Amino acid sequence: MAEFDNSTTLLLGRLNLSAVPKEPIVLVTAVVVAIGGLGLLALLTRRRLWGYLWSEWFTSVDHKKIGIMYMILGFVMLLRGFADALMMRLQQVWAFGGSEGYLNAHHYDQIFTAHGVIMIFFVAMPFITGLMNYVVPLQIGARDVSFPFLNNFSFWMTTGGAVLIMASLFVGEFAQTGWLAFPPLSGAGFSPWVGVDYYIWGLQIAGVGTTLSGINLLVTIVKMRAPGMTLMRMPIFTWTSLCANILIVASFPILTMTLILLTLDRYVGTNFFTSELGGNAMLYVNLIWIWGHPEVYILILPLFGVFSEVTATFSGKRLFGYSSMVYATVCITILSYIVWLHHFFTMGSGASVNAFFGITTMIISVPTGAKIFNWLFTIYQGRVRYELPMMWTVAFMITFTVGGMTGVLLAVPPADFVLHNSLFLVAHFHNVIIGGVVFGTFAGIAYWWPKAFGFTLDVFWGKVSFWCWLAGYWLAFTPLYVLGLMGVTRRTRVFDDPDLRIWFVLAALGAVLVALGIAAMIVQFAVSIRNRHRNRDLTGDPWDGRTLEWATSSPPAPYNFAFTPLVHGLDAWSSMKLADQQRPDAPFLPIHMPRPTGSGVILSALATLCGFAMVWWIWWLAALSFAALVGYAIRHTFDYDRDHHIPVEEVARCEAARDRQLALAEA
Amino acid sequence: MQDKTPGSGPLRRILWLLPAMALAGCKFEVLAPTGDVAAQQRDLLVQATVLMSLIIVPVLLLTGFFAWRYRASNTRATYSPEWAHSTKLELAIWAFPVLIVVALGTLTWVGTHLTDPYRPLDRIAKDTPLEADHTPFEVQVVALDWKWLFIYPEQGVASVNELAVPVDRPIRFRLTASSVMNAFYIPSMAGMIYAMPGMETTLNGVFNEEGEFRGLASHYSGWGFSGMKFTAHALAPDAFDDWVAAAREGEGRLDRAAYLDLEEPTENVPPMTYAAVEPELFDRAVNMCVEEGKMCMAEMMALDAGGGTGLNGTINMAALTRDEAAKRGARAPVLGWEPFQVAGYCTPEEESRMFGQRPAWAAAPPRDASPLRGAGLPRPGTAPGLTSPGFWSRPGLDLAALLPPAGDAAAAAPNL
Amino acid sequence: MTTATETADLPHWQTEPHHHEEGASTTLGFWIYLMSDCLMFAVLFACFGVLGGSYAAGPGPQDLFDLELVALNTGFLLLSSITFGFAMLSAQAGRKGPALGWLAVTLAFGLAFLAVELYEFHHLIHLGAGPQRSAFLSSFFALVGTHGLHVAFGSIWLVTLMVQIRQHGLGPANLRRMTCLSMFWHFLDVIWIGVFTLVYLLGTV
Repeated sequence: MAEFDNSTTLLLGRLNLSAVPKEPIVLVTAVVVAIGGLGLLALLTRRRLWGYLWSEWFTSVDHKKIGIMYMILGFVMLLRGFADALMMRLQQVWAFGGSEGYLNAHHYDQIFTAHGVIMIFFVAMPFITGLMNYVVPLQIGARDVSFPFLNNFSFWMTTGGAVLIMASLFVGEFAQTGWLAFPPLSGAGFSPWVGVDYYIWGLQIAGVGTTLSGINLLVTIVKMRAPGMTLMRMPIFTWTSLCANILIVASFPILTMTLILLTLDRYVGTNFFTSELGGNAMLYVNLIWIWGHPEVYILILPLFGVFSEVTATFSGKRLFGYSSMVYATVCITILSYIVWLHHFFTMGSGASVNAFFGITTMIISVPTGAKIFNWLFTIYQGRVRYELPMMWTVAFMITFTVGGMTGVLLAVPPADFVLHNSLFLVAHFHNVIIGGVVFGTFAGIAYWWPKAFGFTLDVFWGKVSFWCWLAGYWLAFTPLYVLGLMGVTRRTRVFDDPDLRIWFVLAALGAVLVALGIAAMIVQFAVSIRNRHRNRDLTGDPWDGRTLEWATSSPPAPYNFAFTPLVHGLDAWSSMKLADQQRPDAPFLPIHMPRPTGSGVILSALATLCGFAMVWWIWWLAALSFAALVGYAIRHTFDYDRDHHIPVEEVARCEAARDRQLALAEA
Repeated sequence: MQDKTPGSGPLRRILWLLPAMALAGCKFEVLAPTGDVAAQQRDLLVQATVLMSLIIVPVLLLTGFFAWRYRASNTRATYSPEWAHSTKLELAIWAFPVLIVVALGTLTWVGTHLTDPYRPLDRIAKDTPLEADHTPFEVQVVALDWKWLFIYPEQGVASVNELAVPVDRPIRFRLTASSVMNAFYIPSMAGMIYAMPGMETTLNGVFNEEGEFRGLASHYSGWGFSGMKFTAHALAPDAFDDWVAAAREGEGRLDRAAYLDLEEPTENVPPMTYAAVEPELFDRAVNMCVEEGKMCMAEMMALDAGGGTGLNGTINMAALTRDEAAKRGARAPVLGWEPFQVAGYCTPEEESRMFGQRPAWAAAPPRDASPLRGAGLPRPGTAPGLTSPGFWSRPGLDLAALLPPAGDAAAAAPNL
Repeated sequence: MTTATETADLPHWQTEPHHHEEGASTTLGFWIYLMSDCLMFAVLFACFGVLGGSYAAGPGPQDLFDLELVALNTGFLLLSSITFGFAMLSAQAGRKGPALGWLAVTLAFGLAFLAVELYEFHHLIHLGAGPQRSAFLSSFFALVGTHGLHVAFGSIWLVTLMVQIRQHGLGPANLRRMTCLSMFWHFLDVIWIGVFTLVYLLGTV
């Protein structure tokens, strides 16, 4: 149980000495992270990189750079979230035979909550947003997104949320409620200290970023496609991104408002989710899952797009059943809104309600199954090159199919009544999220890395990482399926039955394998960067790609395309190659582009400060930073000079460099 | 913390994996339950798995086969880069899953109704029908911080973290929680159901074998969650009578004060029994009015159904007699807000009448055993136990019975 | 399906200078934002629908709401939408003075609306019917208050825009901003009609 002190002072709110972590593990982590962080800052200062980072990256409104920053954020947070996973695995191996393990309840409960929150909001979401940000404008032949400044702002808001969540590790505590913070447990009475407040404000700040980025990409896809690219000529990744962003725009506001209501319950004493004065906690559970279920499709849909692109490219074939793929995506988008109740059949809503939601859930498996078949028949009569992206894709097809099956099992209410909240459920969603979202992200990284950086990834270390991940995943989660069938509940910290232990040992070994996979991936990045000259991609099209992002140089010039491509059918770049297109020698024109701005960083810093002040009840600071936020935003609107033109000479220089590269590739 | 090193000798233990799996066979409670309801749920689980395997297994095999066969180095395999559409094939890949889902959906619809926790049992086991005049055995369950309280209204005793029930008799659990959401789960008997504060849920189940079974909390509820488990004893009738007699001879009377003491957060509580229980304690727990002077939810809902209590309703608030929601730590008022409770109007006698108005529990008609035509589901509207009880139990109340005495009527409920 | 041979002779790159429509996406983007905002209100409406009858043995709408006051308030807001429409007409005709004038009138109506709403809230809290009293009042204050906050931010935006129009005239950028604000303002009107009907009319009549 946490020792805490909620008494307030005017200056610091309830921030006092009780906020310093006392558990030795947290303390050591804090010290190590602080030393590491200071070391990094010192290194950046020594190398005089601050100016470069600020002007070239932090203030950049280039969708490509923002996309890369999202990926870095996702990867850094993956390390944190995975550290949590390892700690849980170790605790569950340890806490047998009367032992309490090495984590007390206060710490363990924070860890599994943080693991879920971080993996979904700050790993998976940045990964998919990063991929969409980088690839979508290139795929539709655009020069940037519709609202470049908003894009930068969205990224920094997401980062601000991540900073707040990370801060909870060192100042105070994180929520001990599970990743969706169901009331009454998350109410002011049962979670009286700062954990849930960190959760709320972290998610709200990041949520603003996510919603705005959803609007931005949605408008980009609708408005900025190259001439000739009708909806049914869009690459599949763009299609799935479109649907994912529709889902973002149509579901994140629900999360935002639900969390606002929880905030009011905690701060103002309203009665939305407490029973005493007429409120209803089940309202929260419904609302949060009305967001939560579309959220899982927000995560997986873009990766379905990645797998589609990868399968077609590496099979050297057109994607089988393009239109049925599109219809399947749209079906999933719509159906994802009418299945949310399957997350709580056991609440006792009555048989007819449960059966309805169970059956709608099964119906979603039909379009999903159609997608699997489409990939299968794309491989059929193809020439499959097993480069890294394709390896991840085949691993996905096998892993995800099994995860989909267990998902449909859980959609059968009577089965769910015996498996709900068990480790079977945990195994199921890791099966689809690791097998789908994580493998898909890695496929995407391996696929588009040469586009982003101009050289391909090291294959040896990539394969090491791949096999560690794949074997590690199966070793870590098959035992959890078994444990679930033995009736073992998730989030349990201590066990009695010694016979269960072997399964937890196996799962922990699997987690260690995954850790090796992550390490191998870091080595892979390092080795690839060291050997970049050996693995240069001079053509801009290392995989014999089919879509427009491969029609420009690697990495693309800031303006993506000197001349906008014209689209006459599906797989525009394939057709262009078959038609033996030549890059036009028409005179270049100056290119209209947005100017970098530091406003995004500043606004997000103010929002994060405001969130921190709200967590600790430092009212004056909250008011001040909020006023500054509004004031600065207004000031930003008085800046009418936000664009510039890239002069013709600059364009000519970039394109000449591209010519030299292509000549080099020919030779 | 002293313990053996984690996973002592993990490698050696892995070698024991295969025998361990065989040994662990008896532990697969979900797959091999002894209770009839859990067995029906298991059957559905298995049937659904088999049905889906019809499509999953071929897909997995095809994936492996295609991925190997069409590898780039295999130049003998056909290569048709422009082949990307086949109406027949696409029809098949949409239609086949649809067929599976239709079959599975039918199974689901029927199975969900037949094993719904609210549905009164209509058989004891597959071949053992119920007697026509049976009454189910009622157990009232309260999820406390962090232990389970079981009240046996017929016997007038109660137990904590230990459940004793007669074997082969339908049991009807009425569940609620004192603080946060929880879930009640005996894997060998039947599926789980949430227990929620201020609400009542129902679970119907039966034990078909004597023995000790594992019961647990299966919804995370805070620090003491891991230790919140109990043993369920399924006893032969005379053994059960002995258990009750022993409990009655024991100590302790569970009245409102004792309940409030028991409700204080504690962890890893050893089993214990109470020799007597105050009647209506469970109703008070559901209605969140175990504390003196606090208005019961049923009274509150009845008043609300009549339009509230008018402006007088802004002054019928009292300081908390007990801060139910701050048991896990001092909560400081944020932004000047102090928690309060609504003072009750009813006398204890009126509250008793209010609790007494619960509709009588009706038995389900015997199941039509013919396998087709709805597999035992009665026609809509003819099954008293089958209709959904709604999200929470609102006993049908006679408003007039709840009104304050005539003198106070004007003050209390001007809109009625 | 188009095949490569069919497209062989077609141009693959756009080499002519083409006018990129300035800010063409802004209206669409803002519209989508409004729809997401609409969902936030949908949640609040849903909460009010579920909790609107839970008075916790406290006062109900008939005891609390003064329909005449709310009618006045509704009048203010509806009129402000009309005056915003006039402002738009003037702005599109390029008449800066009248546009600013109408915007000022709109602002006055908006502030009057806020003043009445604040008075109502103050009155309720003074009665002891604050948001803590019951779930009904919690959802009432959240719904009406969120709408009020939107009007307040709209007013801040209105002032900002008036200053900007004064400084920079009715250029395309400012016209675009004004279009967005007018959509926002009318959107709040639509939401208010829902609030007025569901909360006030159905509650008291």
